[in-house]
Amino acid sequence: MKRKHRRLAFVGLGMATLGLAAALILLAFDDNLVFFFSPTDMETREFTSDQRLRIGGLVEEGSVVHDQDGLTVRFNITDLSAIVAVSYKGVLPDLFDEGQGVIAEGHMQGNMLRADEILAKHDENYMPREVADALKQSGQWQGEEVKE
Amino acid sequence: MIAEIGHYALILALALAVVQSTLPLIGAWRGNAALMAVSRPTVAGQFVFISLAFACLMYAYVVSDFSVANVFENSHSAKPLMYKFTAVWGNHEGSMLLWVWILALYGAAIAAFGGNLPPGLRARVLAIQGLIGVGFLVFLLATSNPFLRLDPVPLNGRDLNPLLQDPGLAFHPPLLYFGYVGLSVAFSFAVAALIEGKVDPAWARWVRPWSLLSWSALSAGIVLGSWWAYYELGWGGFWFWDPVENASFMPWLMATALLHSAIVAEKRDALKSWTVLLAILGFSLSLMGTFLVRSGMLTSVHSFAADPARGVYILGFLVLVVGGSLSLYAWRAPSMRAGGRFRPISREGALVINNLLLVTGCAAVFIGTLYPLILDALSGEKVSVGPPFFESSFVWIMAPLLVLAAAGPLMAWKRADLAGVAQRLTIAFVTAAVAAVLLVAIRGGPWGAILGLTIAAWLIGGVAAEFFERLRLFRVPLMDSLRRARLLPRSAWGMSLAHAGIAVLIAGAVGASNWQTESIQVMQVGEATSVAGYDFTFVSLDNSQGPNYDRRVGEIRVEQDGELFATLYPEKRKYWVQGTDTTEAAIHTTWLADIYVAIGDPAPGGGVAVRIYHNPLVPWIWLGTLIMVIGGLVSLSDRRHRVGAPNRARRARRAGEPAQPSQPNESKGAT
Repeated sequence: MKRKHRRLAFVGLGMATLGLAAALILLAFDDNLVFFFSPTDMETREFTSDQRLRIGGLVEEGSVVHDQDGLTVRFNITDLSAIVAVSYKGVLPDLFDEGQGVIAEGHMQGNMLRADEILAKHDENYMPREVADALKQSGQWQGEEVKE
Repeated sequence: MIAEIGHYALILALALAVVQSTLPLIGAWRGNAALMAVSRPTVAGQFVFISLAFACLMYAYVVSDFSVANVFENSHSAKPLMYKFTAVWGNHEGSMLLWVWILALYGAAIAAFGGNLPPGLRARVLAIQGLIGVGFLVFLLATSNPFLRLDPVPLNGRDLNPLLQDPGLAFHPPLLYFGYVGLSVAFSFAVAALIEGKVDPAWARWVRPWSLLSWSALSAGIVLGSWWAYYELGWGGFWFWDPVENASFMPWLMATALLHSAIVAEKRDALKSWTVLLAILGFSLSLMGTFLVRSGMLTSVHSFAADPARGVYILGFLVLVVGGSLSLYAWRAPSMRAGGRFRPISREGALVINNLLLVTGCAAVFIGTLYPLILDALSGEKVSVGPPFFESSFVWIMAPLLVLAAAGPLMAWKRADLAGVAQRLTIAFVTAAVAAVLLVAIRGGPWGAILGLTIAAWLIGGVAAEFFERLRLFRVPLMDSLRRARLLPRSAWGMSLAHAGIAVLIAGAVGASNWQTESIQVMQVGEATSVAGYDFTFVSLDNSQGPNYDRRVGEIRVEQDGELFATLYPEKRKYWVQGTDTTEAAIHTTWLADIYVAIGDPAPGGGVAVRIYHNPLVPWIWLGTLIMVIGGLVSLSDRRHRVGAPNRARRARRAGEPAQPSQPNESKGAT
């Protein structure tokens, strides 16, 4: 095999791998992107119950209610100008607390988000960037002390 | 006073780094031996001063000197001593100091072990290391100084984030940084080679041990973080495709590709400019990982507080390093002569495919990690890319790689005979078939898990086939085989171990992600439940105190068929200073599966939430990585990496020998 042919074979192989990978990546993107919204965004949008989405903001003070089964929790996520009700069955992460930043992921059912994943960030000084942006958008951002 | 000494030492180190990065370069350009010789003492001095600074910061932590802002923010007088030490790198400033210290350590190591490097190359490599050092020291002093004072002095500190007060996470950052920064050595060698316009097998041989060291440390560091997440976050997962996990995983993939392509460059003098490119990309990805984590660009469990000035600085540095080195590459690489020829079906060909797949897999992870940032910048839409994306792209790109890993080492260099390779792989076909049949019979599915484990079994079979082939097992008397095993070069042992380790790791990851049983319920004391064939009784719940936290400890008896199997003590802690909770899961392992119990908060109607998991094969993830790392270290200890001036690869290969074209001296008797 001549050098030229050999190089052609490798280039072909490389292109084939990359093409296949690109196809895999695009297909994977198609199904698995989860969009993030703030409670204010949610007021103007409609979602079907098969769309997976993330909602982020602060856990509204005084809104956390534990059901009698001990596992289901209901609370509101707020960006201080709108709220979304969330219900979640499971054990909450250690840093989940009223007034803290949180992201809930799941499906809408009526006006309530049925979450199957709750993310509260590990570093308590840390505000998820999406949450900070959501607060800034709603004009409620107060710099560092927004958590309190 | 101590803090000022540390601060001053850092400034001195910066001054030395500036000298180290300029004079030797000029010396190497002009052929001035005196200027080139400047690099060794400056490297040593830089190491001494940064060590001094590091020791100063550590001292401030140990004596709880809260006049130092960094200590105030991350420590507390009641914290156990061990976490006073590890808190040094449990924050942004300290971890960057650790980074430059490791960089200086690597620089000193190159100077110490690089006695056989040509003086020009050594001067250039150390100068590039010096440049990286300048970049990071300026960053440290200008935006992240750990020695700033507070006035008035607070009475006590804010304590270290309780999640970081854990042995697993205490040593995760140093190992990870050892890996990240180790890639800077390969990078410096690559840039130095581009400046010299020369890449030869000797160059590849110098690069390989550093890449091996960095790869081993990176593997250990990543898995330590994963292990920590597994037992500390309390929900039984071990890998979340979190952006920061990905940020450490991408350099690992590149380092793996680099290790393999450097073999081709060393043995066959081919793939040279590709190897140089991988070295550049590997370190660029480490830098990008640092940028992503430090700038707070990505929402992630690991991010420290965000600071735009730092982000802008690192971004600028990243552009300079990546842009500069890639421009240099574009300018100089075409002048490099292609070396040994080979056919597509050959060991080299197999390694090319290995590299293609690793780089493509890395690209998939890269896209999944950065896509949210790019989309946000372009359209303002916020998305997240979760595990399903990576599972349906990255995993499928890796599958053929693992299949190939069994065959590659059995192929001859230059041109291989596929029929012969297939014949030698008999053991692999048998183990894969047996595994598939057994798995279908016992577990029945899901088919993705069966496929994954079958591939793992195939790879183990392939490793065994290659190993037996080397020993001529069952073809020569047993004693001869044993003698061959003893004389086998360490690098061959290393490869077999690393490949076996990856097979075990894959089996663990596949089993854990497909067969986990999860059960969450509220349990009263005395209540019992049954999960995955085990009976769990909640015996008691007690409150007690640790050194700096309150704890609630549950006692859970696990029985199987009426007999006591294990007693588990899951904990929930509340740390006094920060008032935050941590979960300490209790795990009983049988090496085939973990029984994993974590307790949550008290329920309003009495009792506590209890999470019980049965995690098949999870221990194999840790075991597999351990085997891999041992493989890396064994290979690193190979004589060829240590002895004498690097000769050109010996062509002592015998016809028909599938492995190792260049046997080191000590194994001559074996062939």
